[in-house]
Amino acid sequence: MRQPREVAVTGIGVVAPGGTNRKEFWTLLTDGRTATRRLSFFDPAQFRSQVAAECDFDPAAGGLSAQQIARNDRFVQLALAAALEAVDDSGLDLRPAGTGGLGDDDAGPVVGVSMGSAVGATTRLENEYVVVSDSGRHWEVDPRYASSFLYHALVPSCLATEIAGRFGAHGPAAVVSTGCTSGIDAVGHGAQLIADGEADIVIAGASDAPISPISVACFDAIRATTQHNDDPEHASRPFDASRDGFVMGEGAAVLILEDAAAARARGAHVYCHVGGYASRSNAFHMTGLRPDGAEMAEAIRIAMAAARVNPDDIDYVNAHGSGTKQNDRHETAAFKCALGPRAYEVPVSSIKSMIGHSLGAIGSLEIAACALSIETDVVPPTANWTTRDPDCDLDYVPNVARDHAVDVALSVGSGFGGFQSAVVLTAPNR
Amino acid sequence: MSATAQASVARAEEHPLSTPAPRQPGSRTSRPVVTGLGVVAPSGIGVEEYWASTLRGELRVAPITRFDPARYDATLAGEVGGFTPEEHVDKRFLVQTDRWTWFGMAASRLAFANAGYDPAAHDPYATAVVFGSGSGGNDFGQRELQRLWTRGRTAVSVYQSIAWFYAATTGQTSIRHGLKGPSGVLVSDAAGGLDSLAQARRAIRRGTSAVLAGAAEAGLTPYALTCHLSSGRVSTAASPADAYKPFDVRANGYLPGEGGASLLVEDPQAAAARGAPQIYGEIAGYAATHDGDDRGPTPDGRWLATAMRRALADADLRPDDIDVVFADGAGSVDLDAQEAAAIRTVFGDRPVPVTAPQGLIGRLCAGGSALAAATALLAIRDGVIPAVGNLDTPHPDHDLDLVREPRRTRVRTALVNARGYGGFNSSMVLRAVEPS
Repeated sequence: MRQPREVAVTGIGVVAPGGTNRKEFWTLLTDGRTATRRLSFFDPAQFRSQVAAECDFDPAAGGLSAQQIARNDRFVQLALAAALEAVDDSGLDLRPAGTGGLGDDDAGPVVGVSMGSAVGATTRLENEYVVVSDSGRHWEVDPRYASSFLYHALVPSCLATEIAGRFGAHGPAAVVSTGCTSGIDAVGHGAQLIADGEADIVIAGASDAPISPISVACFDAIRATTQHNDDPEHASRPFDASRDGFVMGEGAAVLILEDAAAARARGAHVYCHVGGYASRSNAFHMTGLRPDGAEMAEAIRIAMAAARVNPDDIDYVNAHGSGTKQNDRHETAAFKCALGPRAYEVPVSSIKSMIGHSLGAIGSLEIAACALSIETDVVPPTANWTTRDPDCDLDYVPNVARDHAVDVALSVGSGFGGFQSAVVLTAPNR
Repeated sequence: MSATAQASVARAEEHPLSTPAPRQPGSRTSRPVVTGLGVVAPSGIGVEEYWASTLRGELRVAPITRFDPARYDATLAGEVGGFTPEEHVDKRFLVQTDRWTWFGMAASRLAFANAGYDPAAHDPYATAVVFGSGSGGNDFGQRELQRLWTRGRTAVSVYQSIAWFYAATTGQTSIRHGLKGPSGVLVSDAAGGLDSLAQARRAIRRGTSAVLAGAAEAGLTPYALTCHLSSGRVSTAASPADAYKPFDVRANGYLPGEGGASLLVEDPQAAAARGAPQIYGEIAGYAATHDGDDRGPTPDGRWLATAMRRALADADLRPDDIDVVFADGAGSVDLDAQEAAAIRTVFGDRPVPVTAPQGLIGRLCAGGSALAAATALLAIRDGVIPAVGNLDTPHPDHDLDLVREPRRTRVRTALVNARGYGGFNSSMVLRAVEPS
């Protein structure tokens, strides 16, 4: 019988607010600086929430061709740039089909793609909608004004297609779209493909670029986003008593996942292993959360058991920490439920305090942060934390990064649709 | 450790992500079975209505009625007619959701009923849902875009954030039926239905008892149709008989259709233990590939052939063991030629029967491949292969044994193909479970 395989992370690429590569990203986080600001992509005056975490991103400088830029929504562009960095970091020879890379070798490894996104090409779909509908005047929109490649925007699997095409990846490919847990679930899915032998290498990660009027409006409508418009740099306040909603962000992170034995054999640098992963649903409400966090706790327990770690082994918890009233309470309860007394001892932080909440992308950005935390033994802080909430009484690493040995990191996510996901990352030599 | 924690740890240890050896031998290679089918299609709501129409060969693409299509190059589609949402979806969900979610929730309720499976009778963590879509909530989304751009942000529905996105149907279905197991959403354009079934198999092999899997689509809105038209692959024929014609010499593109299917996939032992009323078949093999090439697929359909070969290998079967191929049947001469070449490559000189009944109803994107899997299982159940839809003159170059009339024959093993825009290729082997 086939033995399940261990999964190694051998490359990381990031495009995030405040840092358009892995190094800048990690510097921002460990400096405890924030990249949230007044929304600048369009005039946000009519909106309730006017703060965003935007990437200062130049796709051409990120290595994209003119064609890739023309046919793709920004969420694909961010991901392609992150993937280029990740593949380069891994040292794997992944190139477009027909140019002699790994993918051209029929006897070579099976290379898969597992990319997450919550809202896909929403921004492009909205921009084009405005044109073909004449700013909403016509229900029967005018097809003559549609650009080519609009179907490419309609179905978000274009993200997997673009990554597969750029790197000659001929294995299983899909976009995982489970709302705000997409970034964890895509990495978990990619790891399962390797564990089960369906792929040997997986380009895994997530991307979202949702900062468009319709996205801002839909979260305005349910008061999920912050109103700290007068102080955008300090608007994302996870676990703080004054938190009042999340700050919408954008970005992408890509991880190269490999069969750990193969990675060792080729002498690859291994950041960490994906030790365990699980997702459960609360089956309760599309946006609401029960205060007990029972389903997230279940996902954490399953992920820990799969990784063969106990609560006492967890050195760092990367929280979902979106900064909404109910989320931060919910997951604090889930940590206590799943980790017991360890919940009070282990550092817990939310990088959304610095780079906002990029919906489906954030889960992969957080996994990248955990991998770098294991690599450097530094825990990023929760910025903007000033006032204790009695319901949130854990060690949230306020405002200043901490030197702290990290061999085992837990990262969790919670999203619309009731999804609760957890992943456990372990140091390679553990 | 609490009892709950102990139970969850025990569950995880049985089916971990990456521990060396599972404690239940064979669990990672077990073959989940399909015990329930739910269909919402242009040719019928409910599995028997759909199947009867398919066998009769009724052409169910027709002029679009959901809006005035006069200004569009394509005016035909496969609409789901006679669908009254209130009959299938609880009122509290209707207001929050788009038409594609109504189809998905209706299909899922039908699948549960068909399987005689009551999720409330099981541990909530024992059941999950993996329900896909290509394009999400088009009708809801276009309406809210219009409100925003004509009336401003305060006019936008409080449900926009949960109706438009691709996880809406999985999320709402988990809530409706109390499903706490490992649910998910995979998007791979038209391959998404098969990929969802494969995801169900992965979850079952990791210890979940039952997974509702499938996909649905509802893309007949002016804006979504505009997006389809931009691909250049939609038939602009004026008459249904001239439009979507898979493998025909006059193939000239596809017509979009609505609907899809939901399948209840179960651990074989769990299905036996609860006395499932029927077992349609097992997921015997599966593989997915991607063309992985910005220049598009090769004329020989190389990576589709690879997916088919790997699916056969995964099922421990040889090409000779396959009784029928349910083809993707893209309906353009070049795409059909690639698939025909891939089938010939895999099956060699042996003329395996090939069918594509979706010529009758249009392409339902991800919903179409879920429906194709359901259709293959019905062919196995009844020993009859439905004919290729809307086929008059097979393209001579394809050189396939295309099924022209319903063919009565023993069907024990079917291979289902699905290809998604951009280069997705999925292939699944479904097989009858012989009584032991």
